[in-house]
Amino acid sequence: MNNQAWENFNSGNWQEEIDVRNFILTNYTPYEGNEEFLSTPTERTKMLLKKLNHLLELEKEFGGVLDIDTQTVSSLKNYNPGYLNKEIEIIVGLQTDRPLKRGVNPFGGVNMTRKACEAYGYKLSDKIENEFRYRTTHNEGVFRVYNDQIKAARHSGIITGLPDAYGRGRIIGDYRRVALYGVDKLIAEKEKDKTLVGDRNMDADNIRLLEELYQQITFLGYLKDMAFMYGYDISKPASTAREAVQWLYFAYLAAIKEQNGAAMSLGRVSTFLDIYFERDLKTGVITEQQAQEIFDDFVMKLRMARQLRTPGYNELFAGDPMWITEAIGGMAEDGRTLVTKSSFRILHTLYNLGPSAEPNLTILWSNRLPQSFKRYIAKVSCDTAAIQYENDDLMRPEFGDDYAIACCVSAMKIGKDMQFFGARANLAKLLLMSLNGGRDEISGQQVAPLHAPYEGEYLEYDRVLPLINIYREWLAKTYVNAMNIIHYMHDKYAYEKTQMALHDTTVHRFMAFGIAGMSVLADSLSAIKYAKVKCIRDETGLIRDFEISGEYPAFGNDDDRVDAIAKEQISLFFEELKKTPTYKNAEHTLSILTITSNVVYGRMTGTTPDGRKAGEPFAPGANPMHNREKNGALASLNSVAKLPYNLCKDGISNTFTIVPQALGHNKEEQYANLTAILDGYFMQKAHHINVNVLNKETLMDAYNNPDKYPNLTIRVSGYAVNFHRLSKKQQLEVISRTFHEAL
Amino acid sequence: MKGRIHSLQSLGAVDGPGIRYVIFMQGCTLRCAYCHNPDTWAVTSGEEYSVDELLTKILRYKPYFAVNGGVTVSGGEPLLQWAFIAELFRRLHEEGIHTCLDTAGVGDLDGAREVLLLTDLVMCDLKFSNEADYLHYCQGNMNTVISFLKLTEALGIPLWIRHVVVPKLTDSKENILTISSIAAQFPNLQKLQLLPFKKACISKYNAMGIHFPLSDYDECPDSSIERLSKVVTSALA
Repeated sequence: MNNQAWENFNSGNWQEEIDVRNFILTNYTPYEGNEEFLSTPTERTKMLLKKLNHLLELEKEFGGVLDIDTQTVSSLKNYNPGYLNKEIEIIVGLQTDRPLKRGVNPFGGVNMTRKACEAYGYKLSDKIENEFRYRTTHNEGVFRVYNDQIKAARHSGIITGLPDAYGRGRIIGDYRRVALYGVDKLIAEKEKDKTLVGDRNMDADNIRLLEELYQQITFLGYLKDMAFMYGYDISKPASTAREAVQWLYFAYLAAIKEQNGAAMSLGRVSTFLDIYFERDLKTGVITEQQAQEIFDDFVMKLRMARQLRTPGYNELFAGDPMWITEAIGGMAEDGRTLVTKSSFRILHTLYNLGPSAEPNLTILWSNRLPQSFKRYIAKVSCDTAAIQYENDDLMRPEFGDDYAIACCVSAMKIGKDMQFFGARANLAKLLLMSLNGGRDEISGQQVAPLHAPYEGEYLEYDRVLPLINIYREWLAKTYVNAMNIIHYMHDKYAYEKTQMALHDTTVHRFMAFGIAGMSVLADSLSAIKYAKVKCIRDETGLIRDFEISGEYPAFGNDDDRVDAIAKEQISLFFEELKKTPTYKNAEHTLSILTITSNVVYGRMTGTTPDGRKAGEPFAPGANPMHNREKNGALASLNSVAKLPYNLCKDGISNTFTIVPQALGHNKEEQYANLTAILDGYFMQKAHHINVNVLNKETLMDAYNNPDKYPNLTIRVSGYAVNFHRLSKKQQLEVISRTFHEAL
Repeated sequence: MKGRIHSLQSLGAVDGPGIRYVIFMQGCTLRCAYCHNPDTWAVTSGEEYSVDELLTKILRYKPYFAVNGGVTVSGGEPLLQWAFIAELFRRLHEEGIHTCLDTAGVGDLDGAREVLLLTDLVMCDLKFSNEADYLHYCQGNMNTVISFLKLTEALGIPLWIRHVVVPKLTDSKENILTISSIAAQFPNLQKLQLLPFKKACISKYNAMGIHFPLSDYDECPDSSIERLSKVVTSALA
């Protein structure tokens, strides 16, 4: 039945069952050449881009949100088709009926939606308010169940960023399945699964799964209807490259219409799509210029994806990110590179369309990547600062060769793994709370259980650690329980129907925990151990300040004395998390990643024994604290590379900024040296790096003269952001970070 | 044996080929007018390191050296501590690490020979094109430098010659042509690099309470380097 759509494809297991990986491996064409084949933008692309840029300008003028549809609840079929320019678009589909207009998605929480509307001068319609009066949201479900401990921990900021008021995100549908198989086949497979599950004993798990399958099947039907509204029948497989992109994009579009999760990754699509492009190029259906044009159009669509957020949310995740993460490159398990011409094409959109934060282009780095590809991506980094790198040689043994990255750094087998994401525990604050007998060092309130506070004038390492042990246990348990509640309720009230329909029915689940303030904690403990730290108490006995005399080794200098402390604390926290069982038996994982919330975490944390003052930002992710790296750029990388990925399978994020002149005298030297740095860093089993090749002066100038740098894109923790979408405070924080100069 | 070290730099991408660990040795006998590191002059300051101590540090960066990176010893004038450098280079060669000597080419020739036998690349400053200027602006002897360069030629060590371009002092086409013709005499020459004069070091001079001799001169713009590099290219062609 798929004769035409699958013509000229090599046969394999992918024809017997849903097996996209097998389709790729039996059909793709590795590319080891350079970028010279790439095409410049066509006139059509330029026209569309001009319109898009104009709308982006308007959006900025309107304070960040162009328009909101307050009358319609966002879902697959609730808006009329929308276009950027219907006559000339080759890939179609918008979240609402007009470009950049945002829909409302109250399923996560109607309060958040209401507040978000109000923040931009809109009012959520009475119609929706009424509808949700008779409907429980995820947020309401969670707060019915939260206990006092969780509420107190949440309020004090020792756990922050819990996805309890909006979509949890971090789930990657295998959008490729829609292109390869068509929706009808996917529905038929799910029907089969449902019959099988229906024969099992009807316990709570099976009943829930049956209902989930029912919802998945319903939404696959909606997906077809949605495409049909745009004039496409996607019940059958895509038969051309353009169709493959369109089918896949419809599937992604359905997901972001249904869900407003914080991070909605695209997956790993470019090499999959390349198979269709190669076939069409070979048979003369399209030219290289047309191939690039399809990618350019597709990426423009992705750049228009939006969700409606509150200002409070934007503080945590600055710059309106969507984390439309696309994983590019890597190696196949059979030793071939997974780099194809389409890996180049999607990166080339950064030139054809200009630098941009989205999609979040992520290179899966292997030492064995083709040299010409390494050179090209180094060039892209130097030119745009828009891409990030993750260690394929580290992740492949764990996740195989068909994984993608959720959000910034979280690997998952596509269509086979999913994750329950949530928040970060603030380990710097944990230290302070441990010293203060469970009281919050800022408010003075009793947050954690009462225990005798630290006594004595000077902090002694061996007396501080046992106190942390006590409170770590409390924090870990509170955290896991909060996450269990959140994900139970999210499944109940805001289940990801479209995305889970694009997974196998039996999935492996991760529960992804996070820590913030890792380097502050390590440096604080190092100061206590190697320098002298005196406590300063207020009149209520609360330790609020410290006096440090002497020097201590700081994280980021490749000094084992402190790097070992960091490792130990990570390990202790992870082991403690594992003691509390998770919802649906998910596997505990941990990340060291803060997005831009390092600023908020810092604000909620008092003065720490490392010399950081109350309110000052933490370093982002696993970064060493700003300007404490005294031994140069590579020493800083070496320290981060020591952090154990086997304990932090949800990812270890590092953001690295170097001035171009320090990388080499000329461009070619800079590309070669950046490549050598990446090879050296990843060879030591480091996990992730954001690379900015930038001068501090450029950022200062952009801070003062925004109009001069409208497209300035920089990497922050795990994603890229347009510099001007950061608040002035966040901009200053970025400027204050270490810029490595070897001069 | 211990060496006196001014400072260590874990990422040098502009001090020789590839990614390099750079060791700035303490002590120099020259007093070049445009010297960037007056704090390296005194032969008695700095911190003492053994070869083993340095090697332990260097090996942490070996993963970054790839095919063409390695270690650069700079200064100060590294040849003042030739015995220490020779021992360090011997140990680096045992580890398969590329060695580069960044020198002004002054000092004891026999000592220099010991080092050069273990050196993969020499970067030597040719500061001025005549003896009078060498004496006036560096308190140095140009003949010594030429003798050193001849020794690199005799031993067949790949050579980069570097020359700092100071506007209104060394930026004339004639001067660059003379420098080029001196450099061209050495068949082991791989590169003649022009480096722009910068004044970022003034704060160091002020902090040390000494006068920066070229404070009245302008920094060298990139455009001059581009223009004069073309002169070099055609002169060496």
